[in-house]
Order: sequence, then structure tokens, then C-alpha cells
Amino acid sequence: MSRRQAGWLLCLPALALLTLAFLWPMAILARMSLNETSESGMLVETVSTATYVKLAEDAFTWQVTRDSLVLSAGCATSALLLAYPMALFLFRTRSRWRNLLAIAAIAPLLVSGTGRVIGWLAILGDGGMVNAALHAIGLPTQHLINNWTGVRIGLTESVMPYTVLALLAGFGRLDPRLEEAAATLGARPLRAFWRVTFPLTLPAVSAGWLLAFVLAISAFVTPHLMGGGRVFVLATEIYDAATQTLDWPAAAALSIYALVLLLVLMLAHGTLSRRAAA
Amino acid sequence: MKVGRFTAVLAACGYGFLLSPLLLVCLLSFSADDYLTFPPSGWSLRWFGALVANGAMLQAARTSLLLASVVTLLALAAGLPAALAVARGWVPGAVAALLSAPLLLPTLVLGLALLMALQPLALVATWPGLALAHIVVVLPFVVRIMTTALSALPAELEAAAATLGASPLRVFWRVTLPLAAPGAIAAATLAFLVSFDEVVISLFLVGPRLTTLSVALFRYTESRTDPLVAALAVALIAVTVVVVLTVDRLVGFTRTIGRT
Repeated sequence: MSRRQAGWLLCLPALALLTLAFLWPMAILARMSLNETSESGMLVETVSTATYVKLAEDAFTWQVTRDSLVLSAGCATSALLLAYPMALFLFRTRSRWRNLLAIAAIAPLLVSGTGRVIGWLAILGDGGMVNAALHAIGLPTQHLINNWTGVRIGLTESVMPYTVLALLAGFGRLDPRLEEAAATLGARPLRAFWRVTFPLTLPAVSAGWLLAFVLAISAFVTPHLMGGGRVFVLATEIYDAATQTLDWPAAAALSIYALVLLLVLMLAHGTLSRRAAA
Repeated sequence: MKVGRFTAVLAACGYGFLLSPLLLVCLLSFSADDYLTFPPSGWSLRWFGALVANGAMLQAARTSLLLASVVTLLALAAGLPAALAVARGWVPGAVAALLSAPLLLPTLVLGLALLMALQPLALVATWPGLALAHIVVVLPFVVRIMTTALSALPAELEAAAATLGASPLRVFWRVTLPLAAPGAIAAATLAFLVSFDEVVISLFLVGPRLTTLSVALFRYTESRTDPLVAALAVALIAVTVVVVLTVDRLVGFTRTIGRT
């Protein structure tokens, strides 16, 4: 038996599982998107682009697309702004708490998304911590959940650990001697950061932003629970079509649309960063 | 290099934002109130009591633990040989790419696709259906960690064993596998935790008689917000902490992660 044959044999169980529970379901999903739903809500087996046309003609689809993109871009940006100092701190510190702090930065990943949403409900809810503080100084109740504000805050937090990791991975090439050289040459810390450190970390920033953006646009649990049914993004639309209105062709077509959108955005980002690097 | 005070303050703000929901969940699981309000009017263990008395939750917890264990074993059984083939370069790079492909998809889309594929086979809300779905989600993690672990092994040791007359299978069992054990334990831990916390794909594939703990938590949060959800979230966190600490005591988890 050649090495090649042995290799395929070793991969056989994994590939069989993947075919059964990944490739084949994805094929079914693509096929389902070509079916139609009749006026009475019945599934019509056919091969047509009618479901896609119906989605494209619906102004709501474009509204949801725009809202999802704006939400994800905003969350990725705020996650990056919050995570950047954390990553820089972790990268530079020689504290003996460094390992503990690094674990604390990614600990939320080990906690279910629902658990973190519950924490946000306790902070942002009408009877939550923020409103308790507002009442204490005589301000009226602010509704911070079941709306876009809540989703923005929750989603920012949920992608932050990944952003910290992506930034840390990118900081690996940062040479502290360059910043020291800038300081020796008389640059103040802020100037040294802005003219030396920050430009050098731009590739990491760009990669971290894209990762956060992709995760935010793919997220379902946070928009669904923090939005309380009043916030509509692509993910919640797919879920509602699949489980509430039971319009499987629409759910499938929306899924394919979301995947294509993600692919286009990632390709565009790749082209842009290559051009920026050149 | 020294960390500026400005950076440290901004980093502390980031940490505060990131960890505040975890802190609040832990605090409010000890609330004596009927609703998730802060500050609570008193402290008690009543919601942990309510959790333990909740038969449906206990059943879901049993399902989750069993499911995560089965999924971990099967994913290791399928992922380890595949990782060996990838690490040794015995299969084309496309196979490695395919093996990590499910990670790239939004879990919502994968869950929907699995629902559409498993429904006609009457596998929705069954053990095989749920296990199959979870295996696909954890397999990429197992293959990646094991590929890294196996690639890092010095090839000379295997060559030496072979030169001394050991058959390829014996080399694998007596040399490769023991050396890769820390990586395998890290992979198993991550597989267990990912399966245990998985919610989006499971949402599509559970039923009234078969549900997981994370889905139960999600459903409960959808409809009500009393401190029971906080107690349940804390219980889930506790499982994670216990798993990580146990593995750390056994093999040094932080070391293992650092190496892979």
C-alpha cells in the first residue's frame, strides 16, 4: 500500500462524516432554494429562481441587508477599539499576571453565548444595573434591550475575545526597539504610537476587523435574544423563515444569499489589503 | 518593554466591558428576587434549588453530558487518523482545507442545512442526528489541533523505532501516540466544551423529548428572565471550569495549549 493510499484510508472516516453531515446537507440546502412556496404556504418541488426573485423584489430584504452590514461593521469597529489596548497591554506587559489576564480575555469564549446575554440583560434591562444607577441620580429609565442598542452592545462584547486573539497574533512581528528608537529620537509616546506602532499593526487591525465583522454578521443568538424580536438581521430572518413561517425555500435562498455576501466581502477585503500592502 | 499608564487604563476599560456580563450572571444567580434586577433585594440559593428541582433541566443536562462525551470520542476516532495523514503530507492540501471547511460557515446556515437533510430521514430529534451534527462542528477543531501536535513531533524518533525493527502500527502505538497524547487531550477537551455549549445547530435538531442544556437555557431566556437562567448559566460555566481545571491538573492545559 502506497503512502497516498494509506493517507486516503486514514482520512476515510472523517471524510465520510463530512460528506454525510456537511457536503450533502449543503447540497440539499442549495436544492431547496430552487423550490417555491405556493400562495397557501405549500412547498412546491420545482427548479426555478422564483424564490430568489421574490427576495430580490422585496424591499425588506435590502433593508435587512443594509442593517446587518451597518450593525456588523459598527460592532467590529467598536470591538477593535476596545480590544486594541487590551492586546497591546498583553503583548507588552511583563507582569506575572500576564497569563491570567490572557486567559481572562478569552474566557468568555468558554461561556455559552446565552449566558453572556443573560449578563447583559441584568446590566441593561429596565431593572438592571445601568438603570439603577440612572435612577439613583434622578434620570428616567432608558430602554437598552429589545432594540438595536442592546444588540450592538451584546454583539460587540461577543466578538471581542476573537479580536484580542487576532490582534495578539498579528502583534508578533512588532519590534519594540522601533518604538524605543522613535522615543530616543525625541518622539513623545503618543506620537511614537501614532507614527510607528499603529502603522506597523495595521495588518493585524485589518485582519481583526474582518474576523469580527464576519462573526458579527454570522451571529444569531445575540441579535435574537438581545433584540427581543424587534431587531431584524439576516440571521434572524433566516431563522424566522425556517422555524416561524416555515418557508423553507425562502430560508434556504436567504442562506445562500448570506453566504455569497460573506464570500464577496472576504474577497474584497483580501484584494484591498493586498493592494494596501503593495 | 514598559506599558504606558494610558494603555493600561484603556485596557482595563476593555476588560471591564468584556467581563461585566460574566460577573453579573454570577452575582445574580444568588439573587433572592423573582426577576433579574440589580441590585437584588437579597441573596439566596433559591434559584439553584429551583434548578436542581427542575426535572426537564436535569434531563437536558444528562443529554448534554452524554452527547458531548460520545461526540468527543467519535470525533477523536475519526479526526486522529485524518490529522496523521494531513500532518505527514500523505493527502493533498485540499483534503485538509475540506476538513476545516465547516468552521467557515455560519452555524445557523449549517444547522438549517442539517435540518433539511435529516428531516426526510426522520433523524431530527434523535440521538444519531444530534451526534452527527455535533461531530461535524467539533471535527475541524480536533483535526487542526492534532495536525499541529503531530507536525511538531520529531520525525527522528519514529525513524529510529522503525530502524530498530518496529512495524509501522507498533511505531504509531508505542511512539507517535504517546508523544501526541497532550495534543489529543487538548483536542478532546475543546471538542467536549464546544459540543456542550453548542446551541444554534442544536436548536434546529432537538425535539420536545430530546433537548440539550444549552438549548433549554436559550428557550428559557427567550420566554422569561428570572434568576433561574443566571443559575443555569453559572452551572454551565461551572462545568467548563471543572473540565478545564481537571485537564490542567492532569496534563497542564495551559502548557498544552501553548505548545499546540
